[in-house]
Amino acid sequence: MRRSLACLLVLPVLLTACGSGTTPPASQSGEAKPSNPTILLATTTSTQDSGLLDLLVPDFEEKTGYTVKVIAVGTGAALAMGKRGDADVLLVHAPAAEMKLVESGDVVDRRRVMHNDFVLVGPAEDPAQVKGMTDAAAALKRIAQTQALFISRGDDSGTHKKEKALWQEAGVQPAGAWYQESGQGMGATLKIASEKGAYTLTDRGTYLHLRDKLDLVILVEGDDRLQNIYHVMVVNPQKHPGVNAEGAKAFADYLTDPETQKVIGEYGKDRFGQPLFFPDAGQE
Amino acid sequence: MEVVLEGLQQALWLILRRDPAVVEITLRTLQVSGTATLISLLLGVPLGTALALGRFPGRRLVVSLVNTGMGLPPVVVGLFVALMLWRSGPLGRLGLIYTPLAMVIAQAVIAAPIVAGVSLAAIQQLDPRLHLQLLGLGASRGQLVLVLWWEARRSLLAAAMAGFGGAISEVGASMMVGGNIVGQTRVLTTATVLETSKGNFDLAMALGLILLLLAYLVTLAMTWLQQSGRTG
Repeated sequence: MRRSLACLLVLPVLLTACGSGTTPPASQSGEAKPSNPTILLATTTSTQDSGLLDLLVPDFEEKTGYTVKVIAVGTGAALAMGKRGDADVLLVHAPAAEMKLVESGDVVDRRRVMHNDFVLVGPAEDPAQVKGMTDAAAALKRIAQTQALFISRGDDSGTHKKEKALWQEAGVQPAGAWYQESGQGMGATLKIASEKGAYTLTDRGTYLHLRDKLDLVILVEGDDRLQNIYHVMVVNPQKHPGVNAEGAKAFADYLTDPETQKVIGEYGKDRFGQPLFFPDAGQE
Repeated sequence: MEVVLEGLQQALWLILRRDPAVVEITLRTLQVSGTATLISLLLGVPLGTALALGRFPGRRLVVSLVNTGMGLPPVVVGLFVALMLWRSGPLGRLGLIYTPLAMVIAQAVIAAPIVAGVSLAAIQQLDPRLHLQLLGLGASRGQLVLVLWWEARRSLLAAAMAGFGGAISEVGASMMVGGNIVGQTRVLTTATVLETSKGNFDLAMALGLILLLLAYLVTLAMTWLQQSGRTG
């Protein structure tokens, strides 16, 4: 009994020892190994949930020998990580909030990578009658006037920031029983909206990804204000010592490289019949 | 209900064909939570024993803190450990954030009070005459403790099971200090959260079922030990 007890206690340690062989892939033969091989990328849930990073990160790691730790959080949290120097590179979609970090000197080398767009989705019955409207703010105003149920992310993500900006343009202070905050990611929020027959603002990529599991249709799209632009930026090593600026720059270079841009533009075409992101590095 | 059945089907399929990604995160789950449980035992059993046997001022306060700690919210532990380990935090230089070790630390913090609380009750439940008799027979302090642990072994295994259960089932802290990084810190609970947010409810359910199975098998092994050699 005593011996078997000891064996049981030792088991996890043994497993740890056995499992430690799963180190990240080594760099390619031709490349010199980077001096600091680990990069911490703080990004939004949409880039991970859409599957784009699962495609790009392994390719980048193989080409350069870096290992990328992807931390997928809301844009608000990702920007906060950048501001504290807790990440090396950010890939986010909240231009106004990003500019504040540029101005405070917390990030440098901000570059445009790609865009997609936001769409207003809701139940096919469309109780607020917003289908086909081209003015997103006016559509929100109508939802508020009819008190039709609206689910907000409520998590300070890029999508939530966009939604708040649109409410402001609509001149509405959203509050009341019809306006509910999920406090969760886009996928979960869409599911809630679908279950409750509510409206919500979503990025097109996540919606397309989940469309089959949702009772929601696209009602408003095409407004210029619904553009969803992603930028990559390097956390400023002058302000935050310890940042792997070299690795961060390598990742930013990779994302804006014409070859990668092509991959981004193709992503999703085979599954959804349309791309999830539109590459636009070099534009502003 | 459909999703549950699909999840069950997919779980069986993933297990049968030993899906490499699932095998990897299952092994990591076992490593992280197993190591955390081991650490929590090393900390919790002596602490519980000391509180059961010791007489010192403030003992009741410590006992009440330990008992409260049995219900520590994992997300608060996660936030605290993350604040310590972030690069901008006091222990940032160690570079532990977003590593399996960070998850072990967080889970050990969650499990240790559970182990301590159950150990405390286990030692206190022993017949006090045993204690006196052992001292009467000239046992040293160390010998006394070893005999008491042996006598309370079934309850101490229950403490280990409760600690392991607390560690393997939590998700908030693992997400925060581990980051759910594929190939590095993704475990069954965080993978389940991710697949849920991706809308892959059947895969999420499958991972959840594998987690339940894993927890069951580990607990079964400990239960077998606990019940072996039982007389009457």
